[in-house]
Amino acid sequence: MTHRLVRYDFGERLMHTLAALAYLYLLLTGLAFWTPAFYWIAVVLGGGYLSRVLHPWIGLLFAATVLWMFVVWRRDMRVTPEDRTWRRAIRHYIRNEDDKVPPAWRFNFGQKQLFWLMVFGAAALLLTGIVMWLVASIPGELSAVGQIATLLHAVAALATIAGFIIHVYMGVAVVPGGLDAVIHGEVTEEWARRHHPLWLAQVKSENDARSRE
Amino acid sequence: MPATLELLRISATTAPAPGVRTMPTITKLVDTTTCIGCKACEVACQEWNDLPPETTVQMGTYQTLPDMTANFWNLIRFREHEENGALSWLMRKDQCMHCADPGCLAACPAPGAIVQYTNGIVDFQQDQCIGCGYCMTGCPFDVPKFHVKTQRVYKCTMCVDRVSVGLQPACVKACPTSCLQFGTKDAMLEVANKRVEQLHANGFAQAAVYDPPGVGGTSVITVLAHGDRPELYGLPRDPTIPMAVRLWKGPLKWLGNLAMVGGILGVLVHYVRVGRKDHD
Repeated sequence: MTHRLVRYDFGERLMHTLAALAYLYLLLTGLAFWTPAFYWIAVVLGGGYLSRVLHPWIGLLFAATVLWMFVVWRRDMRVTPEDRTWRRAIRHYIRNEDDKVPPAWRFNFGQKQLFWLMVFGAAALLLTGIVMWLVASIPGELSAVGQIATLLHAVAALATIAGFIIHVYMGVAVVPGGLDAVIHGEVTEEWARRHHPLWLAQVKSENDARSRE
Repeated sequence: MPATLELLRISATTAPAPGVRTMPTITKLVDTTTCIGCKACEVACQEWNDLPPETTVQMGTYQTLPDMTANFWNLIRFREHEENGALSWLMRKDQCMHCADPGCLAACPAPGAIVQYTNGIVDFQQDQCIGCGYCMTGCPFDVPKFHVKTQRVYKCTMCVDRVSVGLQPACVKACPTSCLQFGTKDAMLEVANKRVEQLHANGFAQAAVYDPPGVGGTSVITVLAHGDRPELYGLPRDPTIPMAVRLWKGPLKWLGNLAMVGGILGVLVHYVRVGRKDHD
């Protein structure tokens, strides 16, 4: 039995799960409003009207979970000098030539990029979404505000969708144990050595310090 | 009650509209130079459509309300314009213009919530409306109005229920000066152009017909004494479907769909070619 490490505590897992569910709902209903080819999704989810009513409220929930992530993870997500070398080696990471990839801390540069994409994307979606929510109260002279908000909402959504596709693919299909870690919270020492060696060293030294006390 | 064979366009639909029955484009002519501001058209609109009365607002003019509402689709706007020491009273009938190229319909995400008939009428089907307000974003005339209680959007129907049985719209029927007329687009343009010629002869050199080409022309055309300055009447000079809406429903949609399909294909190819990071 290999030694297991706590990678995500309960709070982190709860917040990530809430964010994932909220994002999924927003993505599906948003796609229904984006193109008639996907309108059936809104029908399946309780009808176009209900989807339109719930979309902004779930949007507020998603914005809250992203804010929560920002508070909890922003220190771990700070881009470090190691990330710049990691970025230069990204093609090795993509080709699974992991022995040529520089060691990562708790999150690698790709994860950090997704985090910041989602933070800024959620902020843009929240602001433009609130304008769209209140479109009936926009006076005629300011109609350009509603028009630009609608366009930017779609642009920001598409940007997050690009990140989302890669994020889900990496977590579910490419990195063995990735999905398991974010649901159950624990990883093996071997997993940590392969994917986040600097973080492993950090956790170990912290554990050592604690056991010496 | 959409007449299937007369449906020229249907909002948010992937299939072509079934309208094969050709009908002449109908048009309502508004001659602002013979409007006396009696507001019979407002009353007729409320009566025929059986809409609940709105509480009027004292605005310091004869205007009934500051703006149209979900229950009030026909508003005569009163504007006082002073020029060279002369006061002119510019009245205009504000209502849905029934654009040939409707921005509301282009923006609408709910299948069948907005339709356009082969005779040019643009009609909202509130039972299909999801209340998102995209039509309000797409309209260059700020016409569709949101009803807070029903959470749907409403506007002038051009009395489609009257027109489809050969009657003229209620407002036209009620107009005592014939400043409102109704007929085919060709007939109404002929009347309008004749009136503009009269106005030219009477010293209104800038008189013109307002039938903005940016939205493909409208089924409500307006004779303006100051045709060179439609903004005096509160009409946009060159209305089009807003640029942001066109980008959103045009290039961005194609690019976005392409990027999403490309992203999914990309990860599939990666999975087959490179695959998972094996733990040996």
